[in-house]
Amino acid sequence: MKRASPTRQRLAALGLLGAPLLTYPLLSLPAGSLWGIPASYLYLFGVWAGLIFLAAWVAERRGT
Amino acid sequence: MVLSGWLIALLSAAYLAVLFAVARFGDARADAGKSIISANVYALSLAVYCTSWTFYGSVGRATSGGLSFLTIYLGPTLMLLFVGVIVKMIRISKAQRITSIADFIASRYGKSQLLAGMVTVIAVIGVVPYIALQLKAMAASVDVLLNHSGSKGEWLGLDSTFLIAVILALFSILFGTRHLDATERHEGMVAAVAFESVVKLIAFMAVGIFVTYGLFGGLGDLFQRAVTEADLGRLLELESGRAGTWTSLILLSGLAIVFLPRQFQIIVVENVDESHVKRAVWLFPLYLLLINIFVLPLALGGLLHFGGEGVNPDTFVLTLPLAHGAEALALLAFIGGLSAATGMVIVETIALSTMVCNDLVMPLLLRSAWLRAQHRQDLSGLLIGIRRVAIAMIVLLGYVYFRAAGEAYALVGIGLISFAAVAQFAPAMFGGMYWKQATRAGAVAGLSAGFLVWLYTLLLPSFAKSGWISSGFVEQGLFGLPWLKAQALFGLSGLDEISHCLWWSMLANLGAYIAVSLNSRPDAVEASQAERFVDVFRFDRHKAETRLWRGKASLDALVSLLERFLGTARARQQLAAYAQGKGLADWRKLPADAEFVHFAEAELAGAIGSASARVMVASVAQEEDLGLEEVLDILDEATQIRAYSRELEAKRQELEAATSELREANERLREVDRMKDDFISTVTHELRTPLTSIRALSEMLHEDPRIELASRTRFLGIIVSEAERLTRLINQILDMAKLESGRAEWTSGAVDLGEVARETMDSLGQLFRDKGVALSSDIPARGPVVQADHDRLTQVLINLLSNAVKFVPGGSGKVHVRVGIDGGSVRVEVADNGPGLTAEECGVIFEKFRQGGNTLTDKPKGTGLGLPISRQIIEYFGGKLWVESRPGEGANFIFTVPLPASEE
Repeated sequence: MKRASPTRQRLAALGLLGAPLLTYPLLSLPAGSLWGIPASYLYLFGVWAGLIFLAAWVAERRGT
Repeated sequence: MVLSGWLIALLSAAYLAVLFAVARFGDARADAGKSIISANVYALSLAVYCTSWTFYGSVGRATSGGLSFLTIYLGPTLMLLFVGVIVKMIRISKAQRITSIADFIASRYGKSQLLAGMVTVIAVIGVVPYIALQLKAMAASVDVLLNHSGSKGEWLGLDSTFLIAVILALFSILFGTRHLDATERHEGMVAAVAFESVVKLIAFMAVGIFVTYGLFGGLGDLFQRAVTEADLGRLLELESGRAGTWTSLILLSGLAIVFLPRQFQIIVVENVDESHVKRAVWLFPLYLLLINIFVLPLALGGLLHFGGEGVNPDTFVLTLPLAHGAEALALLAFIGGLSAATGMVIVETIALSTMVCNDLVMPLLLRSAWLRAQHRQDLSGLLIGIRRVAIAMIVLLGYVYFRAAGEAYALVGIGLISFAAVAQFAPAMFGGMYWKQATRAGAVAGLSAGFLVWLYTLLLPSFAKSGWISSGFVEQGLFGLPWLKAQALFGLSGLDEISHCLWWSMLANLGAYIAVSLNSRPDAVEASQAERFVDVFRFDRHKAETRLWRGKASLDALVSLLERFLGTARARQQLAAYAQGKGLADWRKLPADAEFVHFAEAELAGAIGSASARVMVASVAQEEDLGLEEVLDILDEATQIRAYSRELEAKRQELEAATSELREANERLREVDRMKDDFISTVTHELRTPLTSIRALSEMLHEDPRIELASRTRFLGIIVSEAERLTRLINQILDMAKLESGRAEWTSGAVDLGEVARETMDSLGQLFRDKGVALSSDIPARGPVVQADHDRLTQVLINLLSNAVKFVPGGSGKVHVRVGIDGGSVRVEVADNGPGLTAEECGVIFEKFRQGGNTLTDKPKGTGLGLPISRQIIEYFGGKLWVESRPGEGANFIFTVPLPASEE
């Protein structure tokens, strides 16, 4: 029987991780600002960039 | 620089010419078989998602909603991570030659013309206003540029928007309808769209950097100045009060990235290689992230700069550079916006025109008498004509909608209204891919219910707000019934209108889809299509396909059908390729079997959609109706064969396991056999040594009677001791045999172990003294008493002590005996300072016929039976015998014998 590819499973897991990180109630946590930039802005773009980085790492890895 | 109308027109024309060149290049390369569609191009072409609504509208949205504009881009990021779903969609579409989302849904539910038509109608109603929005954005951007230079946007009495619409329609026609077969991809168009994506990203980032770092002192400065103004500071907060809206927008945009007709076209239909999806999964979100970084800074910059001047926030991307004299930058931004709008309109109209042609016009044409009259005519030209007209009509519809709506509300929220419309496809699509029981009736019910709720709670209220229809049903409820208020259905209030619509429409859609599916039976075609979709990764096409069609067909009739719809040249080309695959040189010799019928239907489906293709094939071939039962049988059989092969696999593995067990047992047997051989040679050797000396001495005594008495006595002494050794050896062998077979005789009585130890040490004392080995002990005066056989325990101790004295070095050897109580048993230790044993030896010395020391080089020091016999004895009394040792640190032989249970 064909098994689901591990890369697809890892990416789907990233999707499941991203959903709670990018929605409320976690979104109401960042407050204040850092280097003059609002924490909310940094948090959203930071988590987003993190997800993209991990997805790129998983998707482009050789030999999986 | 003067931004005259001519300059703008020239620049736009030049840009479109470049675009056209890129597309022609892409097409030429595709025709030459050297596709330029790489994984990167595919990922970039997905950015057709970013329309002028993104380019201009995001900034506008950010000025009122703060960071919430990001949801439109977070949803797609998350959705794309579920690569498995996308790949399955692509695989199904390739296998079924699917050309649009309407075709996908219709094909899954038994190639239903009704469903195809419904999906097309929903898509057109939902998306035409979205096209209008693009035109509006273009018109607005031209106006901004012209106002700046004081020119007018009219040319020969025609307004610029109309001109733009005409050019876009022509462009789409040129790109999209070169070939008839929509599954043959539009590589030129994809290349052009990818190129446009790069242009709009560069343009938007250029403006963002100019405003952030040119007009202000960077991100930090901009944000800090915004925070000091009460109105703007609010935009930087994430309020948990908007949690519901936030989540529903993420969900909505996640669905839109797949189900908007243009996205389905780019992601699924235009996909060249499944592996490209892996690149898109991160490169496209990265694109979205980059194009959004400067949205909020631009919004804040615009608000700070223009204060209360009443400049439309949707035009900040243009007005901010213009206000600072950066006209070249404004022109670049204008080109970026043009890119965003043209990309969207081209792909969207091509996707919609395919749907309109295949799923609305063809079914009508196929029924008409006119078409039947033209029985022999080549219809491929007609098909292309229909598509071209459809493209023109759709763009025109968009223009009419734009004119009618003008500045009305209906345009502002239309992006999300479109998203909510196409989200109605989600249950039928996902259900169709993963749930075999889903039926056509269920899909029709779900789509209708969802669409009606969407119409009532979102589209009609937007019309009412534009003043086109009375707003009574929104404010008082239909027929004055308050629970029918369009945007507070059943009194559900407190949600924004999009969430409200999404919630109710999904409830109605999913509910109807599931309930009706569970209570209806699929027909034969539906059942087999369900299998093909859900099990696309496992479906054995060639086996099942041929059995799922039975009937009579003629080669000529099918070929003429293909020639009519594909055009003679293309039909023959495809036929030749098919025949070649079958190993035939001439396609005229092909048998008109089930496989050929399937091939013909698939080819037709690529041209006119699966529903119409099925009708056309049925019209020339006498298909026998298999009936649901038979189809299910065939599918079950396929499933059973799979189950059998799985069982077979399991059996094979069991067999393998059994084989390896047998092999191990065999190994063990061989080992025992080898040990027995070793033993026999050892025993023979051991028996022969004393025998040889007895014989030699006896012969000497026999042959030479004059031997001195002293020598004679010495010889006889040796003979006696050798005979004793022989006896001992034979006794031990017999003893072992008895113990093993369970025929040994045991006596049982109270035995004082301390006493036994002392007695044994006394009896062996001479042996130790002879070799100069120190024997010490630690034994309680009145030793522990156990129930055992006195003689047997003595035998064990003699064995352990004589072993010890054998292995310790003469002169410096030390042996220590300890008797004590450990828990519920007596523990006896015999420790020496000999060479010790390795961990491996600690285990094997208790095996029969194993000898301590190196048996190859040293003379054997024992029979190899003492320890096994001792262990058998100790285990007989319920105790344990083992050794603790390390090389070089002596050995400690320990045995335990359980104390009798206390009487009390």
